[in-house]
Amino acid sequence: MGPMSRFNLNNSYKAVVIGGSAGSFQGITKILSQLPKTFPLPIIMCLHRLKHVRNGFVEALSIKSVFPVTEPNDKEQIKKGGVYLAPSNYHMSVELGNYFAMSTEEMINNSRPAIDITLGTAAFVFRDKLIGILLSGANRDGGLGMKHIHDKGGLTIVQEPTECMIDTMPKAALSLTKIDHVLKVDEIVSLMKELDKQYSK
Amino acid sequence: MVQDIDISDLKRITELIYSKYGYDFRNYAMSSFKRRILRIIELKNLSIESLLKKLNDSPAFINEFLDELTVNVTEMFRDPSFWRVMRDEIIPGILLNHKTFNIWHAGCSSGEEVISMAILLKEMGIHNDVSLFATDLDVNILEKAKTATYPSKNMELNEKNYIRFEGKWSLRDYYKEENGKVTFDKNLYNNVTFRKHDLVVGEIFNKFDLILCRNVMIYFNQALQNEVLKKFHESLFKYGYLCIGSKESLIWCDVANRFLVANNEEKVYKKIKD
Repeated sequence: MGPMSRFNLNNSYKAVVIGGSAGSFQGITKILSQLPKTFPLPIIMCLHRLKHVRNGFVEALSIKSVFPVTEPNDKEQIKKGGVYLAPSNYHMSVELGNYFAMSTEEMINNSRPAIDITLGTAAFVFRDKLIGILLSGANRDGGLGMKHIHDKGGLTIVQEPTECMIDTMPKAALSLTKIDHVLKVDEIVSLMKELDKQYSK
Repeated sequence: MVQDIDISDLKRITELIYSKYGYDFRNYAMSSFKRRILRIIELKNLSIESLLKKLNDSPAFINEFLDELTVNVTEMFRDPSFWRVMRDEIIPGILLNHKTFNIWHAGCSSGEEVISMAILLKEMGIHNDVSLFATDLDVNILEKAKTATYPSKNMELNEKNYIRFEGKWSLRDYYKEENGKVTFDKNLYNNVTFRKHDLVVGEIFNKFDLILCRNVMIYFNQALQNEVLKKFHESLFKYGYLCIGSKESLIWCDVANRFLVANNEEKVYKKIKD
């Protein structure tokens, strides 16, 4: 097996969803900055963030990202080339018909946006055509969402706990469900590149 | 979120509520509606079948059901920058043409936004010149809003928002604390009328200079948002303002070209055509 087929991917996926919290900013930035320019799938991110700070985060992520990062409006359509970030103080769901819906429901795991909501609703909509990635983080949010992704047949990836600044989040996912790949950020970048190749064939 | 509900079961629930009680949730956004139903089932220890039976057999249950179904999580001075724009731009703009005016809080929930507005108007010295209408479809939450009483634990966030709003005093100056609860000065509600009103099936009941409907329509699908936005347009005087949530937009809707963007960042729109 050559290095480019390490992850045994195919071209049936429709979206990538990424969750992260404390200590994930560096990893996210690295992934976004090394995406191939032809990357075929929308990327949907839910990262824990300060509730009262509405501006700055998306700009900080955009600086190095290959694609511009945006915080979608309620009911905005999900499109190829889009890199979406859940806005502060809203939960962000994916709806049937591939669009976003915001809500101000109760916090989950002390978080709004909650990763479980974004991952869980994305799993419901994209089913086995979804890739879920969970990075470093200091609480258990995202673990259940990863379980939903696995239960619907999607591909599950967590950041290698030894590489995480805080490993609570990936460990929660590992204890709740089957994780297909436990990877360092550099390996996640390789996986994204391999995925891109599947679509350019 | 561990268990799941079929869309067909959600449809059975919305059809029953509509045919029996006249509340129309058929065009609500699906994912949050599903979470609310799951929450009720867990909270009340019910199954889908027993929930349907309860809704069908005991009309007294409907208010309790609506109270749990609708999202009543809110803050005072949510998005402080919005409230600064209200105080420094929008309301001064209205005052240029009207000495007195009226405001509609559509979907007022437990009243945090109404309190915020009343405080803002007090601090501008125009509290007595403004009439406020606060509506919600949930009668239980309206009763709660009228008491102007909130858990003390909510006040840390509210106070932080007020400080970022750059209010004149301290939020503490407006309430008394007792037994883990705070109650706001009833004078703040002198010019406030609370009324039950359903945005989906309700009639247009008045004309306004300013409408606030922030983070309410996010629970509707786009077709329903479009219908409700038409009602808001009709309920506004010409050159009146409509305020929606920071992640909502009306650029796509049928009445979009009858509005002008007054403040893009804070999502304030001005009606320019009837």
